[in-house]
Amino acid sequence: MVIADKYEMVCGLEVHVELQTKTKIFCGCTTEFGGEQNTHVCPVCLGLPGTLPVLNREVVNYAIKAGLALNCEIAEFSKFDRKNYFYPDLTKDYQTSQFDLPICGKGGLEIEVDGEKKWIGITRAHMEEDAGKLVHSGETITTSYESSVDYNRAGVPLLEIVSEPDMRSIPEVLAYLEQLVQILEYTEVSDCRMEQGSVRFDVNVSLRPIGATTFGIRTETKNLNSFSSVRRCLEYEVARQARVLDAGENVVQETRTWDEGKGITLTLRSKEEAHDYRYFPEPDLAPLVIDQEWVEGIRKTLPELPVARRARLQGLGLSAYDAGVITSGKAMADYFDTALSYYSDAKTLANWVMGDVTRLLNSNQCSVADSPISAKQLAELLELIDKGTISGKIAKSVLEEMYSTGKDAKIIVKEKGLAQISDEGALLGIIDSIIAANPQSVEDYRAGKDRAIGFLVGQIMKATKGQANPGLVNQLLKQKLS
Amino acid sequence: MAISREDVEYVAALARLELTEQETQEYTEQLNSILDYAAMLEQLDTDNVRPTAHAVPLHNVLRKDQVNESIPREKALRNAPDADEGFFRVPKIV
Repeated sequence: MVIADKYEMVCGLEVHVELQTKTKIFCGCTTEFGGEQNTHVCPVCLGLPGTLPVLNREVVNYAIKAGLALNCEIAEFSKFDRKNYFYPDLTKDYQTSQFDLPICGKGGLEIEVDGEKKWIGITRAHMEEDAGKLVHSGETITTSYESSVDYNRAGVPLLEIVSEPDMRSIPEVLAYLEQLVQILEYTEVSDCRMEQGSVRFDVNVSLRPIGATTFGIRTETKNLNSFSSVRRCLEYEVARQARVLDAGENVVQETRTWDEGKGITLTLRSKEEAHDYRYFPEPDLAPLVIDQEWVEGIRKTLPELPVARRARLQGLGLSAYDAGVITSGKAMADYFDTALSYYSDAKTLANWVMGDVTRLLNSNQCSVADSPISAKQLAELLELIDKGTISGKIAKSVLEEMYSTGKDAKIIVKEKGLAQISDEGALLGIIDSIIAANPQSVEDYRAGKDRAIGFLVGQIMKATKGQANPGLVNQLLKQKLS
Repeated sequence: MAISREDVEYVAALARLELTEQETQEYTEQLNSILDYAAMLEQLDTDNVRPTAHAVPLHNVLRKDQVNESIPREKALRNAPDADEGFFRVPKIV
């Protein structure tokens, strides 16, 4: 991004994602969200003296799976370390994390912005424990005189995914995040519920004069929890840094916090007080040795990833845009694929899924995973249109009926007598009566006004409650009038 | 000396320890003597020895992802200096 034609932005991201295990990383407490405060705790996750952590095997499995999906090297040997700092959301005064030997090494993913493809590198990904949750007495942490702590989240497993400083614009950052979250969702290592804080972002950004080859001084804004916060934070921070540089001053290297309400970033702590974490190997946990067999076993469980899925759908005739919408969420993509196994016209199917089905779901605030119309039922409805049993227009009302009753299309069509009238005898009777009732239109048509036939067709459709076969009506009407 | 007074003051600050003048002096000496002792290891050839990650030759100590019962909240909060409405309560943070 060029800011006032002077600066280029350089951005790297740290993404913390909660892994979808049943229990915490080092103890058997549940990871379930939304429990009453301090009810999902035990001596281990409360950091009581004399307790010992034991690593959850599923955390390692998920970390390997995410790493493979992000093209990372999986370390044969990896270990945990203590990251020491004092903060009341930590029970032990250190966070159990991974320092120099993380489970996932270099990887990356490809993004596309305005048709241009770009590789964004991933430096590493490591396992660590989440901290507890603080509730401040005041509006912000700095205006609070005390805080309340809930340790239900303390010890929930996290994977921290660190990118290279490869992004040069806000659209690139958002494309990277969307890709990343999609991959995490597709691999089912996380539920990726951002509104519940399952994914959180730290944004590192600096500016440099265009053409410069070294990086400028960066700031890190911590704990953003939505794509829109990341976008707004970057817009603010880039403009702020540009003003500092324009004034001939230096950006201060510091950690900042995002004020969602005001839409600004604020100093949290500067480099002078920066934490020296004094990492050292965690003596309470044995190292991890991951052999090829373990990795390959997990590789076999990898699903078709978003990029591959989009390519396949485009191969079936979908536009890049449609393929992007269908694959934007795993639930939607799965719904589409299931329907596709019963109904082969991908383009028609995509139109229905993205159009009427999505509209119905949205207006009922229902997720596609909970859709009362199954993928198979949708496919059956489309079959009825193709066979000429019902028109596309009738199908839309049948779909709504399916949504509210959960019944199959065939049953609704039968119960309501919605089947298309394709019986020539029946149609001719109706056509005759419409012709008799509209002499002016008949005269107009015969005088060469082609549009008049549209009015007559409309009247016939109305008389049949839309059930007349429109093609047949057109054909018969023209025969009658000629 | 390998460890200076400033180092001791810095580490003390990180550990939130307030040291007297005399303690700072004492700890500087003590820490240096510990390091001098450990420096004996430098006489060994460790070129082909991998750094030790753990003192016990164990690896992959793992458990199943199986939920165990948590403890009652009253117990969790029992040792807290201050608690309110099921929360631990802490003084002003920053």
